[in-house]
Amino acid sequence: MTDAIHTGSGAVGTSPGRVADGALDTTHGVVLYLDGITVSFDGFKALNSLSLAVDVGELRCVIGPNGAGKTTMMDVVTGKTRPDAGTAFFGQTIDLTRLSEAEIAAAGVGRKFQKPTVFEQHTVFENLELALAADKRVKRTLFARLSGEQRDRIDEILATVRLTDAAHRVAGLLSHGQKQWLEIGMLLVQDPKLLLLDEPVAGMTDDETERTAELFLSLAGKHSLMVVEHDMAFIGAIARRVTVLHEGAVLAEGTLDHVQNDPRVIEVYLGR
Amino acid sequence: MRAPDARLAPPLYGPKGWGAIGVAALVLFVGVPVANLALPESSALHLSAYWITLVAKIMCFAIVALAMDLIWGYTGILSLGQGLFFALGGYAMGMYLMRQIGRDGQYKADLPDFMVFLDWKELPWQWWASEHFLWAMLLVLVVPGLVAFVFGYFAFRSRIKGVYFSIITQALTYAAMLLFFRNETGFGGNNGFTDFKRILDIPITTREMRMALFCITGAVLLGTLLLCRYVVMSKAGRVLTAIRDAETRVMFCGYNTLHYKLFVWTLAAVLSGIAGALYVPQVGIINPSEMSPANSIEIAIWVAVGGRGTLVGAIAGAGIVNGAKSFFTQAFPEYWLYFLGLLFILVTLFLPDGVVGLARRLFRRKAA
Repeated sequence: MTDAIHTGSGAVGTSPGRVADGALDTTHGVVLYLDGITVSFDGFKALNSLSLAVDVGELRCVIGPNGAGKTTMMDVVTGKTRPDAGTAFFGQTIDLTRLSEAEIAAAGVGRKFQKPTVFEQHTVFENLELALAADKRVKRTLFARLSGEQRDRIDEILATVRLTDAAHRVAGLLSHGQKQWLEIGMLLVQDPKLLLLDEPVAGMTDDETERTAELFLSLAGKHSLMVVEHDMAFIGAIARRVTVLHEGAVLAEGTLDHVQNDPRVIEVYLGR
Repeated sequence: MRAPDARLAPPLYGPKGWGAIGVAALVLFVGVPVANLALPESSALHLSAYWITLVAKIMCFAIVALAMDLIWGYTGILSLGQGLFFALGGYAMGMYLMRQIGRDGQYKADLPDFMVFLDWKELPWQWWASEHFLWAMLLVLVVPGLVAFVFGYFAFRSRIKGVYFSIITQALTYAAMLLFFRNETGFGGNNGFTDFKRILDIPITTREMRMALFCITGAVLLGTLLLCRYVVMSKAGRVLTAIRDAETRVMFCGYNTLHYKLFVWTLAAVLSGIAGALYVPQVGIINPSEMSPANSIEIAIWVAVGGRGTLVGAIAGAGIVNGAKSFFTQAFPEYWLYFLGLLFILVTLFLPDGVVGLARRLFRRKAA
């Protein structure tokens, strides 16, 4: 076991773009572990000794007022921002602070951005094809042909995110809600172990929001999810465990009821 | 396992496309040689040496335009230094051609004339093995490729993008031009190389040799078109366009975009170098002015005029702009740059998809 883990994480470090199967070690039940993360921009501390752990299969909601550091936290986890101090581990062995964005993605962390970013000039199907878990090195993609299994996988995801009918439409022509769903589909098709979702229901209709909540609940268990959202109705529909961030640190953590009744949370949200 | 999906492994071209390529090949490899070599000069269909050289030159430019379309049209990296790689390929070929002059130069010496003039006693190190054709061919591929690879590695690794990248490529080609202007660099200073006599020991100015070079250029152009088409139709090609449209998303999909950019950037440089190597023996001169920043900007204009991200547009653009250039510089030499500027403005304002985009729109309207 340790041998497999060792070579696995080695592969992640040395050859970016390769899918590192079995690299993730979650024997202790924790998929993401942040400890004492500090990030400052020109003296302003966006994250101030933030500590947080997400369990395997958990659906974690993160809330907090604007500027609380939610997006910066995601930037740290996905390698976009390097912390000034602290440790960030994916499973037990993968040190997120030392890998590039592509390596972290290949290791199994998928991220949805606040603003939906899909490949607007490609069709929905091609978007999923590009995101699909596969060998992502140049010399492989130059000669890559989609196998039957990969096609089935894409069809399956198309059905999950309800875009089967739009499969051959150019993604730029999709509605805002459909783009959000396509982006979620692009994450799922990568077979991520941990999904980071930044405001996934922003701009969605009530109906779409409701279906998204159903989708997330069905994903929890198979994947670990961390959802940042402002829509409290949506949080209420999916939340099991909620973390409240404030000024770059964890203010409260627990069930939605618990944090909503926490006097410090009320103070932060309602002001003095 | 099921058979691969036909929609995601489409043929390079449909029947119409292959038909057009077949016609082009027929014209280039049969029509033109017959019209030039077999028909008497009195015939109305006779093609003069002037036309052969002009078309050959434009085909060389079309190869560079294809390379430019790969990096700019498909990957969104606007290189304004592509002329440098073209010139490097040209210089690599030029060195070999200079050695082929042998003792037939002005000074009847073993060394190329400009070295005798500078009172040099032996070949500088850069000229090592330059008398061998295969070595020259190797340099044509490796020198532009290596320069592009090293430059690209540092530029892309530092995530230099957009207009900043364009400006740096301008500076790169300008710096190279200044370097090549110096006599000490060993490449003939501002005069460059000229007065070529032979290639592979065959006289270079005969009609047959001119036609052979023309046909080789045509074959390389068609080969480049098919190669570029293969790249853009592959999954790697879809990754490249995805980098153009949303690079961060590509990274978060697990692709190392540095490798993709470096691949296409180096490939484009090598293709440009090959074009330069074909250009020099046919035009008969290479000097540092090929590296001037304006030259590289012109390459971008060809692609913009023809239509970015279409490949055929790059060829069409190179043909249209250079055809117009050879007409204008003869008929109204002082107005050429005004015309070029006007053309660029008009295309940017009214034809964002270039000539090919216009043709497609008209065709669609007719079909509807």
